[in-house]
Amino acid sequence: MTDTQYMAPQTLDEAVTAFAAGGEAARILAGGTDLLVQMGAGMVNPGVIVDVKKITELNSIEETADGGFVVGAAVAGAVLEEHPTFGKVWPGVLEGLNLIGSTQIQGRASLGGNLCNGSPAADGVPAMVAAGAVLTVQGPNGRRDIPVKDVPTGPGKTSLAPGEIAVCFTFPPRPAGSSDAYLRMIPRTEMDIAVVGVGVNLTMKDGVCTDASVGLGAVAPTVLLVEDAAKALIGSKLDAAALDAAAAACSAACNPIDDKRGTIAYRTKVAGVLLKRTAAIAAKRAAGV
Amino acid sequence: MAKLHISTTINGEPTEYLCAPDETMLDVLRNGLGLTGSKEGCGSGDCGACSITMDGRLVCACLVLAAEAEGSEIETIEGMADGEALHPLQQKFLEMAALQCGICTPGMLVAAKSLLEQNPNPTETEVRYWLAGNLCRCTGYDKIIRAVMDTAADMRGAA
Ligand SMILES: Cc1cc2nc3c(=O)[nH]c(=O)nc-3n(C[C@H](O)[C@H](O)[C@H](O)COP(=O)(O)OP(=O)(O)OC[C@H]3O[C@@H](n4cnc5c(N)ncnc54)[C@H](O)[C@@H]3O)c2cc1C
Ligand code: FES
Ligand code: FES
Repeated sequence: MTDTQYMAPQTLDEAVTAFAAGGEAARILAGGTDLLVQMGAGMVNPGVIVDVKKITELNSIEETADGGFVVGAAVAGAVLEEHPTFGKVWPGVLEGLNLIGSTQIQGRASLGGNLCNGSPAADGVPAMVAAGAVLTVQGPNGRRDIPVKDVPTGPGKTSLAPGEIAVCFTFPPRPAGSSDAYLRMIPRTEMDIAVVGVGVNLTMKDGVCTDASVGLGAVAPTVLLVEDAAKALIGSKLDAAALDAAAAACSAACNPIDDKRGTIAYRTKVAGVLLKRTAAIAAKRAAGV
Repeated sequence: MAKLHISTTINGEPTEYLCAPDETMLDVLRNGLGLTGSKEGCGSGDCGACSITMDGRLVCACLVLAAEAEGSEIETIEGMADGEALHPLQQKFLEMAALQCGICTPGMLVAAKSLLEQNPNPTETEVRYWLAGNLCRCTGYDKIIRAVMDTAADMRGAA
């Protein structure tokens, strides 16, 4: 047993210094809904716990002048839900985050924690991938931006370098007629882990899909950006043929595990079914109905 | 292990305690401060028996570090009644027998109070989703949901 230390710095620079000094045993604490469970189970025994909830940049939500958003990595689900405009512009991203756990979990769980925990089934991630969100990280060697799609590298693994802290997510401004949606398949209606999760981000003009992006979760070692599914949707009226092609692309992208929640065959099939349902919701929202 | 000295407010009372850096708020409430109303059903965020509010937000005390409470406002089940006068939700749970063994009850009450504070007129579906993280192995939930709906109606009538 090493002695654990706890600190809650007010500035990002202090946090970066403390986190780097703590080395491999240091852990960032956002909402703690993964970290404390892992500590309780004896899976993690942190040397230093760096609580980032006192750092303004990680806990604020900003709507930029061009209509984009910058969301702090540690903002809790319940807080983002209360924001007056974020959920109108990015309803899919918000519903992914809000599907995590219960009301109690929503009081704490963050997008940064969901992404950095590295679960292939993380509900907050597919819609962020589809949204083209970019993560800003800061570490001992300064600041850099990583597209969210390039952050997960395997179960429990990310492309953050040692000592790097997730700071905020930038969501781009959107053209008129754009919206998004996230759906997951779970065996129950609440409090379960996704068997498949699909995020779809669309731009529609006069009934034609002019831009699309698809994020797929829980069916491979990482959340995936399915470019072939997007290609099948772009230029179409989201007619049956286009949706079938996009669904087939999602099924083809699957490389899932076989477990008690779903077999390989089931997950692969459901990925296609969910793509169609999610695209329909995003299209309705994009049309303003 | 070096203990941390924490100053916080619990149920309106300024409170100080010492805690280990990796100790949970639930352990400090129950073991250090003798506030055993918050229950530990799972210790992993699944059951809601440890529900408290921290700066007005409903959370699981088992997933909060005691050290995080520095400078914050904590409310637990012990702060719900006003002296001998029960909160309307507590009164209704008794009247409608919305409990059997009672282990889930403090968490249910704290969570339901937090719901009614932000939504005095919830639909049944809203109540069920809000309380989805509060597990009860005894009642089958119906009486709990009805007690919350009834209390909400009473409180709206009284307001
Ligand atoms: C009852 C329950 C139900 C759940 N249900 C779901 C669900 O339905 N779907 C789902 O996807 N997840 C679920 N989870 C898992 C968890 O709630 C989510 O992954 C949540 O988003 C984690 O966020 P957090 O802020 O609590 O992370 P934390 O626990 O604080 O952190 C998670 C990990 O990321 C690291 N980290 C956190 N923030 C940063 C940062 N800024 N920079 C670098 N590293 C960081 C931490 O060190 C830790 O390793 C559930 C958990 C519980 C307890
Ligand atoms: S003891 Fe905290 S949720 Fe079960
Ligand atoms: S009354 Fe026994 S767990 Fe709910």
